[in-house]
Amino acid sequence: MVERLSPLEPVYRSGSHGRFEDGVGVILSETRPGSIVQVASWPGEEARAIAAIRKVTGLGLPDGAGGGVVDGEKAAFGFAPGKFTVVDETEGVAAALAKAITPTIGTVTDLSHGRTAIRIEGPEAEWVLAKFFAIDFALTAFPVGAARSTTHHDVFAQIQRTGGDRFDIYVFRSFARSFWKALGHAAEEVGFEVA
Amino acid sequence: MLLTCPYCGPRDVSEFTYQGDGNRQRPAPEAQDLQAWNEYVYDRHNPAGDHNEVWQHSGGCRSHIRVTRNTMTHSVSSAVPARGDVHHRATERRKPGAKA
Ligand SMILES: [Zn+2]
Repeated sequence: MVERLSPLEPVYRSGSHGRFEDGVGVILSETRPGSIVQVASWPGEEARAIAAIRKVTGLGLPDGAGGGVVDGEKAAFGFAPGKFTVVDETEGVAAALAKAITPTIGTVTDLSHGRTAIRIEGPEAEWVLAKFFAIDFALTAFPVGAARSTTHHDVFAQIQRTGGDRFDIYVFRSFARSFWKALGHAAEEVGFEVA
Repeated sequence: MLLTCPYCGPRDVSEFTYQGDGNRQRPAPEAQDLQAWNEYVYDRHNPAGDHNEVWQHSGGCRSHIRVTRNTMTHSVSSAVPARGDVHHRATERRKPGAKA
């Protein structure tokens, strides 16, 4: 496999930043999953696509808009009608999905090198993200596993809640460094740590 | 202004792209009726009141949605997926001054 370089590398500084003297509000990290795959099913084929994702990854997607599931470093979620993102720490999931999802069900696009996965975790994660995105981050409105498609200015983002105070954000690789820097600025006031 | 995407729920209008008047009916590609093409390209109702519109949730799920928006109050009385019955309220060629 081709060695993957992080677009965040020139600005990724591990350690504590901002006002961390009073406690660390959020921890930022890049999760670097081996596979980030988009599955798009044809109208009426959603159930077969969901079944294929379950067969390949073991992840059972719930019904409903923006529904998702997290299992360790594996995750899947709906981000648009009939469209799903599948994430795994291992490489090669796109090839396995392409075998299971035949052209009559839909299409599989390997975005592993095209997206950057940024994780924000901690008691102030909701607060920091609420400054970025005009959506409701409260646990009741945005439950664990669920995902949202939205934008920070023109940076398109898919956000999955992977824990009570943890969110994984998928952004275009080419915007990732600028997004990461902005996220760091936004997190300064609460104190943040880069893992 | 908020638009309620049928997939994503209520979102700020800045996440959406206006795709134009939802009453337009594109003539068949091979159509020779210049009047029909002229109406498709230029004629708009411009109603003061409810208006059929097509929007795209371009900063979200990227679905196209069919919206009924009141042009005087911005109140949105309906927002449904555009896929399917796209021209359900525009089956006839429009006459000048006709309601949207
Ligand atoms: Zn949407």
